[in-house]
Amino acid sequence: MDCNESRSTVLSISSDGNLVLPKTNYNDVGLVAGIEIHQQLDTKEKLFCHCPTTLLDNADHTGEFFRYLRATESEMGQIDRAAQEEMKRVRKFQYYTYKSTCLVENDEEPPAPLNEEALGLGLTIAKLIGMTPIPQIHVMRKLVIDGSNTSGFQRTALVAINGALPNGGNIETICIEEEAAQRVKDDIFSLDRLGIPLVEITTSPCMHTPEDVQQVAEYIGMVLRSTGKVKRGLGTIRQDVNISIRDGARVEIKGVQELDLIAEVVRREVQRQQSLLAIHEELIKRHAGVGTEQTDVTDLFKETKSTVLKKAKKILALVLPGFAGLVGREIQPGRRLGTEMSDYAKKCGVGGIFHTDELPAYGVTSEEVARLREFVHAGEQDAVILVSGASLKQVDCAWHQVAGRAKVALSANPVPEETRKMLEEGSTAYMRPLPGAERMYPETDVLPVRIDNARWNAVVVPELLTVRAGRFEKDLGLDPAIARQMAFSERLPLFEQAIAGGIKANLASRTLLATIKEIRRDGADTDKISDDAVLAVLHAVGKGTVAKEAIPEILVAVAGGSTVEAAMAQLAPTVSRDELEAVIKKIVTDRAEFVVQKQKGALGPLMGVVMQEVRGSVDGKLVSELLRKEIEKVLAAKK
Amino acid sequence: MAVVKLSSGYNIGVEKACCTLVSPAPASAPHGVPVRQDPDLPELAIISTGGTIASRIDYRTGAVTSQFDADDILTAIPALAEIGRYRTKVLYTILSENMTPAIWQELAKAVYDEIKHGVAGVMVTHGTDTMAYSAAALSFMLDTPVPVVFVGSQRSADRPSSDNAMNGVCAASAAKSELGEVAIVMHATTNDDVCAIHRGTRVRKMHTSRRDAFRSIGIPLVGTVDYSTRAVTLTDEAVRRGTRKLALHDKLEPHCALIQFYPGMSPDLLKAYEEYAGLVLSGTGLGHVSTALIPQIKKLIADGTQVVMTSQCMNGRVCDRVYDTGRDLLAAGVIEGGDMLPEVALVKQMWVLGNERDPKKAAALMGTDLKGECMRRSAHGL
Repeated sequence: MDCNESRSTVLSISSDGNLVLPKTNYNDVGLVAGIEIHQQLDTKEKLFCHCPTTLLDNADHTGEFFRYLRATESEMGQIDRAAQEEMKRVRKFQYYTYKSTCLVENDEEPPAPLNEEALGLGLTIAKLIGMTPIPQIHVMRKLVIDGSNTSGFQRTALVAINGALPNGGNIETICIEEEAAQRVKDDIFSLDRLGIPLVEITTSPCMHTPEDVQQVAEYIGMVLRSTGKVKRGLGTIRQDVNISIRDGARVEIKGVQELDLIAEVVRREVQRQQSLLAIHEELIKRHAGVGTEQTDVTDLFKETKSTVLKKAKKILALVLPGFAGLVGREIQPGRRLGTEMSDYAKKCGVGGIFHTDELPAYGVTSEEVARLREFVHAGEQDAVILVSGASLKQVDCAWHQVAGRAKVALSANPVPEETRKMLEEGSTAYMRPLPGAERMYPETDVLPVRIDNARWNAVVVPELLTVRAGRFEKDLGLDPAIARQMAFSERLPLFEQAIAGGIKANLASRTLLATIKEIRRDGADTDKISDDAVLAVLHAVGKGTVAKEAIPEILVAVAGGSTVEAAMAQLAPTVSRDELEAVIKKIVTDRAEFVVQKQKGALGPLMGVVMQEVRGSVDGKLVSELLRKEIEKVLAAKK
Repeated sequence: MAVVKLSSGYNIGVEKACCTLVSPAPASAPHGVPVRQDPDLPELAIISTGGTIASRIDYRTGAVTSQFDADDILTAIPALAEIGRYRTKVLYTILSENMTPAIWQELAKAVYDEIKHGVAGVMVTHGTDTMAYSAAALSFMLDTPVPVVFVGSQRSADRPSSDNAMNGVCAASAAKSELGEVAIVMHATTNDDVCAIHRGTRVRKMHTSRRDAFRSIGIPLVGTVDYSTRAVTLTDEAVRRGTRKLALHDKLEPHCALIQFYPGMSPDLLKAYEEYAGLVLSGTGLGHVSTALIPQIKKLIADGTQVVMTSQCMNGRVCDRVYDTGRDLLAAGVIEGGDMLPEVALVKQMWVLGNERDPKKAAALMGTDLKGECMRRSAHGL
């Protein structure tokens, strides 16, 4: 089928001018997607220095410094196009240093050799996915001059290739990389995160629906966690998604942190590319064009109420013949062709652009719009873009960026190849062109590492978490959902330790999965409860010296700073069987009338009274049994 | 192992046996676009000797090497073209640890020729390791009316964060300033804010890798260059343009040595310096070596070797009159090196012994301030 034909049958325009997409059949649109998963490794030290891999509070930074970065040539003499885009304005980057960072993060000392622990983990994961290791690993510098690396590059090394996914797809590569510095705000970065080892897993473009992508991401996440040596928590795993549709282009969406959003990101990108293709078709029909004349309209807005235009030193107009209505058309929720143009312009340092599809607004009056249209000879079918800024150089740069983006919309390839960043809820914004191979340069300060057969053969493959969950179900008799939850939990090592120590699986899983969560919800600082404390309490319950009902109270006391021993002594003093029987006898005798009145129904209420008296130090089952006997005794006597 | 570049840009090492040669690699990386020079700007000379200000990967060793010519420096630092127009000369492309006194002489002659040609200032690109030695050597060999500015980078030029661009721009600004002496211009702090102008005879590399590794020892900076404005500020102590008349005295006595004393050092080690014209000792504290070494030192001096005492403290002045050992050293004929840096004393000794045959006059010259290397007063602490 002719592609143009398919487009016109699939798309329609709503009364408010927005694109209406019927339920998309992803096979028909030719969706092809792949993902890159970046997972922080829980190593003792960073990838190229001996600093710890812990994050600190920004407020605790011990120093600051600032630098500029410049694009450099690849060893083949080329400058990467993504780097060139970042160079459109001079940016001063500021960095926070910490007690936990050193001169390597400051880019003031050559890197240490590649961290063996991180490399070992990379090899473990590679073997787990059935990949082929690289005989000699070479560390490369991947040019990134957005400030997130003090050096201007991210160190990365290809470790293995060609792995298999359960859906029949292929994992192309696994790399070990250094984590970038965390952006504090604008051009300020925090160095505590820089250099934490990451493993980067790249799939082939083997997925064809949004749900496929999410499932593969989930699977890889499970494989990574099976090593037991990856960091957990928000931001420790990030997915980049590569997406294209037929007649569209490859777009890389960076930094999807929540797994649940992946499918939505894919859906919205398909929508965006389809919308751009539809806009292209409409532009061609209208014989649209891109103006070549830069018209200075600064004087037109001398008296404007628009604060942005009023403070601008220079305002240039760009006429886009035939673009009216299309610049303001929504291409995915919250995004328009105009937003795309605006993002391109921002690369030159301007705050954004105005276009006539959205005017009058923002303090610009309809009279001003009319005067502008007249001044630049723009007809009703034409859109006019206003680019304003602090200097002619800046505005000229932004004007060309917008004109360039408009030309792309008209060209045979109307969807540009881009790196985009995810916004809230799954829409995306332009970051820079897709980088090419030119961004790679050898890291001359790090020696290559040989991976010979002996080393590869010595790599021990851990059990997959899915397999482990099955084992918990079968061997320990856990409920399937609990078994899975336990296997995937951060507390898995503690659980296994408890089981090895003879604790019953149900007791251990309930305490680790439910009790701790419940007391945290009620305000206890559960981070203060050590693994040893949990084990001590579980063992006490196992021995019968503490009732399982007392666990929450004891753990709350421990979280509040008490020692386990003190908490147990206070909240669950040991009561002997004789003492217990005496307590029960007294309680039942004192309430003989109540027992006679309620008969066997007295058991429940009296249970509470006894448990309060013995303060949770006795198992409820035992109390219930003795209490029942005592009640029966009293009832028999009364008869 | 053979290194293969994948289409993704990654390099990997594979067994050579797995590879088939399709065509040999290009001899060197293609050059960028040449930078246009503004004829209205002052003419400056760039003499390149190598170093990381102009270095890139060497596929032979996989390590960084110096292989740019001066034109490449202009391509690498386009902002230089806004400061001056340049005559460029590639004297050497070596890492600075491979410098020799003979190359210092060639360098002095090349700088002399450029000044004679009429340039407003000279920049010498140089590896940072021995930059201070070369700057000291040129300070003694050359009387210059214009700035002679040594510059390099601590982080190689092939990285986006390299300090080469800022150092280069600041050095060019200093080279057309009112300065009239040999200096080193490098980062003053770890920030990309200000470069320091150090006197060529009072400067030392004090850190292996930091951008602000170079420090003036015993004297304040002679000036600064603001990177953002390119404004050069000189202190009152800085020698001004035109103060000295151009002259070249490029004789050196290469048979001089510098050794650092350490506790337990064997006197036998000193025997290696018999027949040497000069020997600089980097002693402890006020300028001491162990008593056990004194007979051998006495013998060296008696046989015609000039022995100068400096201190490994770096900061402060030698005084061999306080303790017994010092007095014994003076009695043996050791010359006090004042507050000279040990390596500067070595370079000065080469120059003094190359130009003055008479031992007494040579000894007097060692104690005389020639190019700001030797202060009469200790005005500054640490």
